[in-house]
Amino acid sequence: MTAIVSAENLTVAYDDFLALDAVSIDVAPGESFGLVGESGSGKSTLLRAVAGLSPVASGRIMLDGKPLDAKYRDKAFYRQVQMVFQDPYGSLHPRQTVDRLLQEPLAVHGIADAEKRILRALDEVGLGSSFRFRYSHQLSGGQRQRIAIARALIIEPQIMLLDEPTSALDASVQAEVLNLLEQVRRDRKLTYIMVSHDLGVVTHMCERLAVMKGGKVVERLSSADLVAGRLKEDYTRNLMVASKGFVRAASMA
Amino acid sequence: MSTMLTVDDLRVSFPTRTGVIEAVRGVSFTLGRERLGIVGESGSGKSQTGRAIMGLTPAHAKISAKTLNFDGIDLLTAPPKVRRNLRGSRVAMILQDPKYSLNPVMSIGRQIVETLRTHENVSKREARDRAIAMLEAVQIRDAGRVFDLHPHEVSGGMGQRAMIAMMLIAGPELLVADEPTSALDVTVQLEVLGILDKLVAERGMGLIFISHDLRLVSSFCDRVIVMYAGKIVEELAASDLGNAKHPYTQGLLNCMPMLGTDRHPLPVLDRQPEWAL
Repeated sequence: MTAIVSAENLTVAYDDFLALDAVSIDVAPGESFGLVGESGSGKSTLLRAVAGLSPVASGRIMLDGKPLDAKYRDKAFYRQVQMVFQDPYGSLHPRQTVDRLLQEPLAVHGIADAEKRILRALDEVGLGSSFRFRYSHQLSGGQRQRIAIARALIIEPQIMLLDEPTSALDASVQAEVLNLLEQVRRDRKLTYIMVSHDLGVVTHMCERLAVMKGGKVVERLSSADLVAGRLKEDYTRNLMVASKGFVRAASMA
Repeated sequence: MSTMLTVDDLRVSFPTRTGVIEAVRGVSFTLGRERLGIVGESGSGKSQTGRAIMGLTPAHAKISAKTLNFDGIDLLTAPPKVRRNLRGSRVAMILQDPKYSLNPVMSIGRQIVETLRTHENVSKREARDRAIAMLEAVQIRDAGRVFDLHPHEVSGGMGQRAMIAMMLIAGPELLVADEPTSALDVTVQLEVLGILDKLVAERGMGLIFISHDLRLVSSFCDRVIVMYAGKIVEELAASDLGNAKHPYTQGLLNCMPMLGTDRHPLPVLDRQPEWAL
């Protein structure tokens, strides 16, 4: 397998605290790769390190077989890799219209025919052109997240980094956004790296996943293995049990 | 089973510049010493229902009901002093996120003691002892140390347990828990729910558990109310969830991705305008 994105012994340190401790992952082209863990496990840090948003202390990140600089990312990188953040209430500029929000990446990358692309991007995420001149406070959470996805898709990246894209949304809206993400991945043959604390969501979206704890990867397995319960680590099993919901008998013990 | 709380035709509306927003539109239910779940999406009015019972509706909102009665006290006409006395001592509320709902500049212990001494005439020493005992009851190890910590020094799960301790210390009869575990990690969620479940059962409290997670609620409560657009669309026993009749309830149950089911794309809610009528 030739990986499109890989991390080798990646370490991210904040002073003495190791947020990531020698983590390695490989993501194949066209694959959807999940990162699962509790808060503080380093899953978001890993994703942000790939995007160049975390201070990398050692190790390297490869894109298409070429090592990336520890800090600096050039425009070509962001043309290829885009990110969707967790909180749609915080990741859209409150004083810019949807039109302005979607124009920004086009302007940054010097892409022409903005008009056509904005309309197509809105259409692709299931919002009509009537949403074009609204502000983000006039949109619901699910609609905002669709705009965030449109903003990432508009420059036609190959790789999408998804940091808990649905955890701020209602269950019913989550289903819509997950379906949208699956559909654009199929249509555009994208590679996803997706962070979530919800095993249900990750196994639904991803073929393979890595379970993280305390800045380390404790287990790598396929979604099929996870569903069938072929696990090696107790920690993964705990997450499995927790995701099945509250059971009174167990809690009384 | 004696009825503790009666809610009949509760309405909460917010006048705004662009018209009146009706958050709760005629909700009725009764509660005894049982666990009642209220489920709905954001904006369904579930939290406003809980807040109306607590008397925490914002001052500019309009609130009306045929009956809003807690143990013989008419909550709508009760003077503020009576409601203040109720709140914290007989009716308590657990909020969603310990990061925002605990006082950041007061130690955890002092916040718990404050609740206790507001409602009961106890000495400082006794209050401290009881607070520490309560912290132990919510399974905080080394309670004496945690007593003196500030909220930013503890994890989310511990903060939420401290909040449960704070709410239970005065021995309330009714507990309103508004998304008590949504801000927590899944594994911590179960621990906190286990503690809550045990304490509610031991003390024979009534519980209103507000959540957006239908499955969680059904595993935790005896009875579930499903709300949509400010109204109750369905009420059913938690064990009966599989036989839910309303398409909205069925939709909520089906749209969650679950381990071991392979459904692509996920079924989504097909919202019918008549649900909101």
